[in-house]
Amino acid sequence: MLKDQDRIFTNIYGHHDPLLAGARSRGDWDGTKEILAKGRDWIVDNVKESGLRGRGGAGFSTGLKWSFMPKESDGRPHYLVVNADEGEPGTCKDREIMRHDPHKLVEGCLVASFGIGAHAAYIYARGEFYRETEALQRAIDEAYEAGLIGKNACGSGWDFDIYIHRGMGAYICGEETALIESIEGKKGQPRLKPPFPANAGLYGCPSTVNNVESIAVTPTILRRGAVWFESLGRPNNTGTKLFNISGHVEQPCTVEEEMSVPLKELIEKHAGGVRGGWDNLLAIIPGGASVPCLSKGACDSVLMDFDSLKEQGSGLGTAAIMVMDKSTDIVAAIARLSAFYKHESCGQCTPCREGTGWMSRMMTRMVTGNANLDEIDLLEQVTRQVEGHTICALGDAAAWPIQGLIKNFRPEMEARIEQAKKNAAA
Amino acid sequence: MNTPTQNFEQPTSFEFTPEVMDMAKAHIAKYPADRQASAVMPLLDLAQRQHDGWLPRAAMDYVADFLGMPRIEAYEVATFYTMYNLEPVGKHHVQVCTNLPCWLRGSDQIVEAAKRNLGVEMGETTDDGLFTLSSMECLGACVNAPMMQINDDYYEDLDETVTESILTELRHGQTPKTGSQIDRKSCEPIGGLTSLNSDAGGD
Repeated sequence: MLKDQDRIFTNIYGHHDPLLAGARSRGDWDGTKEILAKGRDWIVDNVKESGLRGRGGAGFSTGLKWSFMPKESDGRPHYLVVNADEGEPGTCKDREIMRHDPHKLVEGCLVASFGIGAHAAYIYARGEFYRETEALQRAIDEAYEAGLIGKNACGSGWDFDIYIHRGMGAYICGEETALIESIEGKKGQPRLKPPFPANAGLYGCPSTVNNVESIAVTPTILRRGAVWFESLGRPNNTGTKLFNISGHVEQPCTVEEEMSVPLKELIEKHAGGVRGGWDNLLAIIPGGASVPCLSKGACDSVLMDFDSLKEQGSGLGTAAIMVMDKSTDIVAAIARLSAFYKHESCGQCTPCREGTGWMSRMMTRMVTGNANLDEIDLLEQVTRQVEGHTICALGDAAAWPIQGLIKNFRPEMEARIEQAKKNAAA
Repeated sequence: MNTPTQNFEQPTSFEFTPEVMDMAKAHIAKYPADRQASAVMPLLDLAQRQHDGWLPRAAMDYVADFLGMPRIEAYEVATFYTMYNLEPVGKHHVQVCTNLPCWLRGSDQIVEAAKRNLGVEMGETTDDGLFTLSSMECLGACVNAPMMQINDDYYEDLDETVTESILTELRHGQTPKTGSQIDRKSCEPIGGLTSLNSDAGGD
């Protein structure tokens, strides 16, 4: 289990002063100028060596992503874009960073931007997080006043500005190119890639889009050392991670733990255990709404990291853990997610626009068993026709929860259909 | 009771007040000089806030003209993002999260409590214009479920009784406590800290 001294987000609960004085007392902004003085390559290489993988869901190497940015500017400015459009159901970690540890994000923006040659960062915060955005803006204002950002940031000679752009309620803007479109003042509809943002992103300029948590951990990694971060977790799954544990647990909470912590241990140590005991567990969605659910058998031994969850046919995603005990109508639970994806499809790609609606209607019928047995296979086939056939991953995200349901709970779905037929006959 | 599609008129004109104009200019200054269309979202939000929480077409036209962009592009933005209200809403827009994490913790009961207290169904506005009730997708406060958002504030760790008392307080012009409604500050475990409880964890 992670020791407090190895935790990065030491004010995640907001029990201490979130403002500059408090942040400094927790080690933020300590030696930032010296970090920048070590140079762009040193920053990128160290983040790469730490093994940090993106905390927004896809899990791509953060340092590697930074290294894709052009080394020299061709005249176009470079941009850092921070994805604070936290909207994946179950996920509520970036919110706590923004309101309780905002200086980690602000300092991270400076360090990351320096690393990619950007003089400006745009933080795209979901519109509903109005108070969180106020808290973050306060931290940004303080950083300007203290000379930590702005002209000659931290005395480094590097000019750097941070701007917040508020979303207005569109889950799809969590997709990086939809987010860029949105900052440009358009509908949030994902772009075809390539070109990738590192070549042509915001305003057609080289851009890197990173999740809030990915950016907020980098100053601490550079201060404590890549070796320290890499020593936590397992190879390819390094570091610490914020976990959100919601649903049927005794004490729902957010907690920073070591990557690769066993799921069961995480829930029992920090969330007070499953309501009614571990044996009362039905299923867990371990990484936000988009990833397939795990049956109890898998939950018994799975580790909370990229590789272990992938081996179990699911994913770490945003590490948002939704726990469902045996009182849960699992078909209705997944149907609720299908309704969500139908609502949030941007409508651009036909398989997603039509498929999310079709799957949601079918899932609504599955809840009451108003279906034929062979329609379970039909539903499964349709998810496969949506998955991988759209510009962005929303189609995949809509398909996977249903695939997880069919894989793990087909007997439950069949029993419902048979019962409904019996009821109709009677 | 009113449903939002009944009985409202589109104003024929709209313009920012001087104070809002200053805020609008500050938003435009955040973007590169030739990229002022980027400010369409914050400016539409400012317009909505100035106009009792909803966005009339005249305001979309005004913002588009102000930014020198085709009006259709402002309409596209206003109709794409769900936080723009294209019809009048109550003074208090009660938005109950009904996505999975809240549903697992009893959001159905919160919805019923809100309907009971307000005397309206989902999507409706009370006769006195004080409240509009909506169901929402995930609002990102999942470990504090069930929860609802009213205007800019979150009310978390709800039960039926607390939900009703918050709405009643608002009806009486009071200011209910925001955030968690139980004995915790934010997202820490209810039963006491399981981390950040050693000397190394604090300030």
